[in-house]
Amino acid sequence: MDSTEFAVTAQSLGKRYGKAWALKDFNLNVRRGTVCGLLGPNGAGKTTSVRILTTLLRHDEGSARVAGYDIATQGVQVRHQIGLVGQNAAVDEVLSGRQNLEMFGRLYHLGARRAGRRADELLEQFRLTDTGKKAVSAYSGGMRRRLDLAASMILSPPVLFLDEPTTGLDPRSRNEVWGAVRGLVSGGTTVLLTTQYLEEADQLADRISVIDSGTVVAEGTPGDLKTQIGGDRIDVVAHDTETLEEIARIMERVAGGQSSVESDTRRVSVGVDNRVPALTEVARALESAGIAVEDIALRRPTLDEVFLYLTGDGTDSSNTSETAQEASVR
Amino acid sequence: MNDTKIAAPVGSRSAGDRLRWALVDGWTVTRRDLLHWARQPGQLIAGLLFPVVMVLMFGFLFGGAMIVPGGGNYREFLMPGMFAMAMVFGIGETVTAVAHDASRGVTDRFRSMPMAPSAVVVGRCVADMLKSTITLFLLIGCGLLMGWQWNGTAGEAATGIGLLLLLRFSLVWMGIYVGLVMRGESAIMAVHTLEFPLGFLSNAFVATATMPLWLGTIADWNPLSSTVAATRELFGNPGWGGDSWIVQNAILMAVVWPLIIVAIFFPLCVQRFRRLGQ
Repeated sequence: MDSTEFAVTAQSLGKRYGKAWALKDFNLNVRRGTVCGLLGPNGAGKTTSVRILTTLLRHDEGSARVAGYDIATQGVQVRHQIGLVGQNAAVDEVLSGRQNLEMFGRLYHLGARRAGRRADELLEQFRLTDTGKKAVSAYSGGMRRRLDLAASMILSPPVLFLDEPTTGLDPRSRNEVWGAVRGLVSGGTTVLLTTQYLEEADQLADRISVIDSGTVVAEGTPGDLKTQIGGDRIDVVAHDTETLEEIARIMERVAGGQSSVESDTRRVSVGVDNRVPALTEVARALESAGIAVEDIALRRPTLDEVFLYLTGDGTDSSNTSETAQEASVR
Repeated sequence: MNDTKIAAPVGSRSAGDRLRWALVDGWTVTRRDLLHWARQPGQLIAGLLFPVVMVLMFGFLFGGAMIVPGGGNYREFLMPGMFAMAMVFGIGETVTAVAHDASRGVTDRFRSMPMAPSAVVVGRCVADMLKSTITLFLLIGCGLLMGWQWNGTAGEAATGIGLLLLLRFSLVWMGIYVGLVMRGESAIMAVHTLEFPLGFLSNAFVATATMPLWLGTIADWNPLSSTVAATRELFGNPGWGGDSWIVQNAILMAVVWPLIIVAIFFPLCVQRFRRLGQ
């Protein structure tokens, strides 16, 4: 595999626990300087794949290269090329932010003086200078995560792994972390990011790999994936609940496909191939039937729908999941 | 390739370089604990005061009711027991630190870095030994103030101190293993269920001759008892000696027991660290 083009390549990676495969025939190619989002439900194998690619966990099958080095035989070289931000902010709570960065700098063998200087640079880069001397236990979730990111960037590694970097953060902290990640990417870092949040993948990732039961089930740009489940949809919001069935019938006739109904939001949704003509026809049919509607709109499917469609997760009781389930029937 | 000097892959280094980095990295991890002490002096002092309070409690509160078989001052009898107890109670700090790092992902961060793999445990071990050494000397000072003294030679006293630290050293590895196996809060619970029977079912506070025979025999075979009996003998304090083999060979067993503990738990720790990657 061309190591100048791809920062991470994985071929048929497999990881077995007893008889169960946590990862099976896992393939991934992350182009240098891009952000790859690894999207999947809990237990899909996201963390397992990150732990294998960062040499924390040995795989049973297949092969992978990170920054051109083989993870099985060149673990030490790989560890020089990567930064890892795990699900917990893996920093020392008692030490100050600066002491943490200095300690990790020493462990990267920068030497005491350079480690100190690098700590100051990183505190500034991640906007932690003001709180650099405070104990980490006094930090907010977002600050902790930024410190965690800073610690991973001590050697300015070309490849950064982020395992659910914003899980458990409030929206403000999440935006802070996203901003920090974007800053790193603009500096040329390749990022492999796992997330359960579609919005996060949509916001940050150039390409998304959807993973389910240890295997990549779809791969592409966020736009590609949205197209993949059948293009655009028409949403109609009814004025009152009694008319929902009638609206659904009309929309199904026009679109020739299964509609989905969310009665609590009085929303009927159907997938269409011919965008604008279908919209006009639905509007006309509703008007001639004398049904009052509050809203009618043409939209692209959300990543939620794509995700649930691809992973076939019907156990989630949210409305979007029903929408996606029914959309998948077509 | 001058610039690779800063972060040359460990794999490409010579054995001498690797050893040097193992020491440097081990020191960096040790230094982390020293920084903890500096940042939280209150916790350090509380940790050091706990055994002192124990000494005062047993020396003055219970001391009056205790009789040393064969005669002798209870406080002279007590101090070697207290020294060894302090070594045993140190295990709690080892387990807590290891379990906390493992559950918070700090251990994983270390493992994802190109540092010497041994540094994590070496740093833990050195920091814990430093703390226990300070505790021990504090207790010796405390004992001297209370009228305890060693009656043997300086060499015997030094050997006694060495045996106490050897016990602590062996318990470091037990602590690291327990911390790795049981993560989080359950680890701390496990330690308390471990250290109290290990501490009290021994000759540390009470002569085993005063216990029912079966209980006294168990207490005699407690590794802690061997260290306590050996240090009593070496410090020339009362309350050592007896008929059984284990009691008569206390100094030998004060070396053998810790070596057995290390022989069991050191390989288990290595295996456990490897299993983190499986």
